[in-house]
Amino acid sequence: MTFDASVVRRDFPVLQRVINGKPLVYLDSANTSQKPDSVITAIDHFLRNSYGPINRSAYLLASEATDAYEGARSKVRKFINAPQAHEIVFTKNATEALNLIARSWGSTNLGAGDSIVLTHMEHHANIVPWQMLAAEKGFEIRWIPLTSDGQLDLSDLNTLLDGAKAISFTAMSNVLGTITPVEQIVSAAHRAGAIAIVDACQSVPHMPTDVQAWDADFVAFSSHKMCGPSGIGVLWGRESLLDAMPPFLGGGNMIADVKLEGFKCAELPAKFEAGTPPIVEAVGLGAAVDYLTSLGMESVRAHEVEITAYAMRSLKDRYGERITIHGPTSPACRGATLSIALEGVHPHDVSQILDQENICVRAGHHCAKPLMRILGVTATARASFYLYNTESDADILTDTLVGAFDLFGM
Amino acid sequence: MPGLEDLYREIILDHYRTPRNRGELPPPARMAEGHNPLCGDEIHVYLDVQGDTIVDVKISGQGCSISQSSASMMSAAVKGKNINDVLALVKRFKQMMSIEEENADTTGEIDTSIKLGDLEALQGVVKFPVRIKCATLAWNTLVQALESPER
Repeated sequence: MTFDASVVRRDFPVLQRVINGKPLVYLDSANTSQKPDSVITAIDHFLRNSYGPINRSAYLLASEATDAYEGARSKVRKFINAPQAHEIVFTKNATEALNLIARSWGSTNLGAGDSIVLTHMEHHANIVPWQMLAAEKGFEIRWIPLTSDGQLDLSDLNTLLDGAKAISFTAMSNVLGTITPVEQIVSAAHRAGAIAIVDACQSVPHMPTDVQAWDADFVAFSSHKMCGPSGIGVLWGRESLLDAMPPFLGGGNMIADVKLEGFKCAELPAKFEAGTPPIVEAVGLGAAVDYLTSLGMESVRAHEVEITAYAMRSLKDRYGERITIHGPTSPACRGATLSIALEGVHPHDVSQILDQENICVRAGHHCAKPLMRILGVTATARASFYLYNTESDADILTDTLVGAFDLFGM
Repeated sequence: MPGLEDLYREIILDHYRTPRNRGELPPPARMAEGHNPLCGDEIHVYLDVQGDTIVDVKISGQGCSISQSSASMMSAAVKGKNINDVLALVKRFKQMMSIEEENADTTGEIDTSIKLGDLEALQGVVKFPVRIKCATLAWNTLVQALESPER
């Protein structure tokens, strides 16, 4: 079956909305994605028929809810080709997953005299947890810089990794769309004796993921960017590392036994899932994984390369030098996230003008202020395409930007 | 562009294209830095205060047309003015922006006789709630600068 975004689009109820007689042009999927009917229905069906506590009771509802929750874990395992389901930990979001790694693995393995490596294109979620920990523990943070076309500059990678205990980096920039060479970086990290942590928030929703091919040690991503509900994120980690780590949050579900003198941790993955987890959200995530699998991630990626090429070409053909698209120029080495700058027009004003045509883009720093400073801007307007965006969406974007130049052109 | 005339009035675009009192003042002039953490807008307000009078004001930073034009108009409105008159103007402006002061008891009455002049052009921003923060950023930074000691 060939992939047709105009058909896929019909699966998304909110994209059928018409506002002031015009269609909704949703170009903010790098921020959060819309949800297909199948995810909405799965959540609705679960809440109406099978909702109950997990892992706690003998009655039928509890058993159905536990099966649904654990079923979602198995689906996620398969989706990213993780070796074992109990290596999948459900968190609140990807930010919590990264904080879990920093607080649990980081606080036991990093101290004064140690160092870790991050990159200049990280999201705040992969910077601030490490800075918070570094302030307590006194380890050094080293940075991989960028090339002029928004790729990671890996020329000094081995020097930066020398003596480092970990590297944590994005698989795809949420600002520039840059796809990073994950396998190359992981392999360099392992040669240097460092573990490799991959922030896969922007890549998992858009291309096939194989954590074993990556050979990574930890991978974090969120449900809400991949057609699933908000409120649940995923941490995958190697069993040997997760087993050796102390728990992150304490409470119910994460214990094997509690006495007045102390507690004993539960086995994986419960050890890292304290309290009632996001049960409903897990069911929604499982349905999102089914949906993406039915479309085929290879097809999703191929569509995005195509729509990215089309949008970049349309914008450049129409506006030439008056428009800058930050990041890699070749659609083959980037995702469908276009951070654009219009000569003489502030990103905020761009997004205001686009809103007149129901075009949803993000204007701001995209939670990547260090990168913004390196680009020499305080903000960008970011149009991000996904599996439901068509050439027509790109055309409406290109056409509407005329209004911004008309109003602000100097 | 239909629907946006109220927001992007010609006088706003004029202040955006040719901002007034742009630049910095050397120490000991007072300075405050304002950020809009959501969108990354930055405004620096420099004040030369002699006695009760704002003798000079300069604005630097980056931001959208609304934040920059509001800062420019504000600088023109407060330069050479008595501090008390300026604080009353800030209150009047925020009232126009539909912002309720939290501690209304201590801030006193709003003097509705104060003329806003060009600043009235910013009234259209109220229809775009997301942009109110853009319009008020410079004003909050001005108050911070007034409360700051000389450098």
